[in-house]
Amino acid sequence: MIYVVITFLFLAIVLYFLLGGADFGAGIIELFTSEKNKSQTRKTSYQAIGPIWEANHMWLIIAVVILFVGFPVIYSTMCTYLHIPLLIMLLGITARGTAFAFRNYDAIKGEHTQKIYNRIFVYSSFVTPLFLGIIAGSAISRQVDLHASSYLDAYLFSWLNYFSVAVGLFTVALSGYLAAIYLIGEADNEKDVRRFIIKAKAMNILAVFFGGLVFIASEIEHIHLAHWIFGNAVSLTAVITASISLIISWILINKGKRKIIRIGAAFQVMMILLAVGYMHYPYLLMAKDGENLSMFVYHAPEKTITDLGWGLFIGSFIILPSLFYLYYSFQRKKEIT
Amino acid sequence: MNDFLAARSQMAISLGFHIIYSCIGMVMPVFMAVSHYKWIKTGDDIYKKVTQAWSKGVAIFFATGAVSGTILSFELGLLWPKFMEHAGPIFGMPFSLEGVAFFVEAIALGFFLYGWNKFNKWFHWLTGVMVGVSGIASGILVVSANSWMNDPSGFDFVNGQYLNIDPIQAMFNGSWFSESLHMIIAAFSATGFAVAGVHALMIARKKNVKFHMTAFRIAIIFGAIAAILQPFSGDLSAKNAAKKQPAKLAAMEAYFYTQPYSPLTIGGIPDTAAKKVNYGIEIPGLLSFLVYDDFQKPVKALDTIPVKDQPPITVTHFAFEIMIAIGSAMMLAGIIYFIALWKKRTWFSRKWFLKLFILSTPLGFIAVEAGWTVTEVGRQPWIIQGVMRTSEAVTPMPGISYSFYLFTVIYLTLSVAVIFLLSRQIKMVPEMYDR
Ligand code: HDD
Ligand code: HEM
Ligand code: HEM
Repeated sequence: MIYVVITFLFLAIVLYFLLGGADFGAGIIELFTSEKNKSQTRKTSYQAIGPIWEANHMWLIIAVVILFVGFPVIYSTMCTYLHIPLLIMLLGITARGTAFAFRNYDAIKGEHTQKIYNRIFVYSSFVTPLFLGIIAGSAISRQVDLHASSYLDAYLFSWLNYFSVAVGLFTVALSGYLAAIYLIGEADNEKDVRRFIIKAKAMNILAVFFGGLVFIASEIEHIHLAHWIFGNAVSLTAVITASISLIISWILINKGKRKIIRIGAAFQVMMILLAVGYMHYPYLLMAKDGENLSMFVYHAPEKTITDLGWGLFIGSFIILPSLFYLYYSFQRKKEIT
Repeated sequence: MNDFLAARSQMAISLGFHIIYSCIGMVMPVFMAVSHYKWIKTGDDIYKKVTQAWSKGVAIFFATGAVSGTILSFELGLLWPKFMEHAGPIFGMPFSLEGVAFFVEAIALGFFLYGWNKFNKWFHWLTGVMVGVSGIASGILVVSANSWMNDPSGFDFVNGQYLNIDPIQAMFNGSWFSESLHMIIAAFSATGFAVAGVHALMIARKKNVKFHMTAFRIAIIFGAIAAILQPFSGDLSAKNAAKKQPAKLAAMEAYFYTQPYSPLTIGGIPDTAAKKVNYGIEIPGLLSFLVYDDFQKPVKALDTIPVKDQPPITVTHFAFEIMIAIGSAMMLAGIIYFIALWKKRTWFSRKWFLKLFILSTPLGFIAVEAGWTVTEVGRQPWIIQGVMRTSEAVTPMPGISYSFYLFTVIYLTLSVAVIFLLSRQIKMVPEMYDR
């Protein structure tokens, strides 16, 4: 059963990165859109993410619940040492979710209030994935010091280092990329399609740039990511596949295949996550001095894992079909109208 | 403010905030489903307008409920890591099922809010019903997690170790039913009265009377029924508390010395130093009767509980008194509504009648906050009754007071924003729905 639980945890994290990421990305794209096109971008992204954003964010809740029920020690350790970035991420989620709802449901669309909501929405769309990435980076950075004696060592330098920040920026760029790719397929006129293609390319270049930065930062922090990733076959294959699908995506973008590129982009990001995931499996948290918290050591008692596994298994029969139907129907409706 | 107090206050303010949105999130979909159903059945446009007006407001509440819930799932670990480390595997089952319920809710909500004129109308209606069903399911589940903290079961606590864990048994602990029942009824009465109150205000101001009357009627029928049932369910909760948490019950009642014909004290100010209640009305035997259905049998008082295991008496007692006072008032208002409905239709347009419901607008929610204060403060000093102390559970990170101030500002800002938006929606009703 533990494998079922681990699979769901990985699935929830990957889907949150993809769907939640695309969602944050919509705000990032808006942030980097020129003033005159902003309202058009806003309209497209509202139509695209309006019905599905709450569902997209549920993957985070699922991941957290699996963590605290199945791997409570790992959850509580992360919550303790990564308290500050988690807090900032929560503020981002709060600001973003409410600003999105407020700007669409304010009965009076006043210019001034809309401006405030928009501003909160775009900045929090940037901050949230940044800190999400920082948290993910810190979990494998070996900078979390479980025996730290000073406040700064325990609660600040656990996450404030070149590597984690580079991973954060990388996450932001990937989110923007995913969103741009998604919006290409949602746009309802040629001009917007072209605009989003340019955005997608820009975000892709940024992602490659920050990806390189992650490797450099890992050398500075003595994490030696390159050595690690290229040292095992699975991660290596995943990275190579990601690079190939990157090239294919470019070709497809240029050919104007608006919907198929989504699969390419999602695949690309999934491969990156697989490379990283495989690399530190079965450890969820890699702390200083080789103190790694393995999912096979720090899991809940057998009975809990069994019940949790069954709960997730049965739950997924309810959730997945209805989720697909949600995506499917709002896609189809759009083409009809 | 010290870090421990800050952590407790932050938890309290976060939950106190979230509970308002979760009550609305459970109940409004039911109101909308009723109104929506009537529209489909009768074809009367007024019901469609009411449903749509409500759904606009609900979208705001849902977003706020969802983000405040997300904050909570992390806060449990951020503030109480030691608690979650041990409790997570035991009381996590309802949380994981709740995750499933939320998911269903979020999916159904997507269909419902954005599906007007896009789907078969019965399918669209059904998605609205699903929002309500999964909301109520998640409410029951999360309260059963909380009831485990009051009445821990499903494990053996041996020498500081948590052994033989059974999450299913923990979920169906001895208190889950009475607590969940009381909570769900509370959600209906609080939301019902609040919604009815707002519409009553509009009727009194003679604005869109037909529209607001329709909305008022749907909301108040649920509110009134729930308000009449509430004291009975509360009685069940109190009996349960007497059994599982005698210290909580004694603190609620500010009842210091164990005695036969145990008295119930109404009102008054507890003097914890002198161990008595000043200015209260004491009714001998009533507490014994309420707890054991027997006027004579003594109820355990605070003198049977070591001081270090006693909850704060004054807060618990006042919170309880507020809940009871409001509960009685709301029950009375509910009965008046039914009298009007069955015998005195003319009351509906009377000033005093509308005023009664306008004044009742916030009452249910005040009672909800008071009730949770009773439950949570009355459990102190325990985070898991009899097993783990709250002070053992708190995070080692210093500086929590700053995070408490920060969250206080955020919740205040959000509250102001939500009220602002809601008032704008009410203002827009004439233009949007009354042509
Ligand atoms: C509309 C709100 C409302 C109203 C009118 C009442 N309650 Fe209540 N009460 C709640 C809302 C609430 C609550 C906020 O929902 C609580 C907190 C925990 C829970 O399950 O319900 C609660 C808790 C709670 C508890 C503590 C349970 C425990 O911690 O184990 C008791 C003993 C009562 N209630 C008793 C009553 C009685 C005798 C009422 C009769 C008038 C009453 N309540 C009216
Ligand atoms: C399922 C729901 C809930 C869970 C799991 C929960 C859990 C907790 C936890 C872990 C604490 C901190 C430890 C403690 O003080 O014992 C706490 C404190 C508190 N909670 Fe709850 N709670 C729930 C519902 C609520 C609600 C809805 C309210 C609404 C007002 C509330 C009010 C409080 C208060 C006032 C405290 C502070 C008590 C004190 O420290 O004196 N709780 N709760
Ligand atoms: C008595 C206490 C509680 C009740 C009755 C309750 C009930 C609900 C309900 C009905 C909703 C959906 C409605 C809405 O979004 O407005 C909701 C949302 C949520 N709650 Fe609570 N809740 C309680 C406490 C908690 C606690 C302690 C946690 C965290 C561990 C939590 C986590 C969440 C989350 C994550 C959501 C968002 C779900 C979504 O996006 O739809 N809740 N809650």
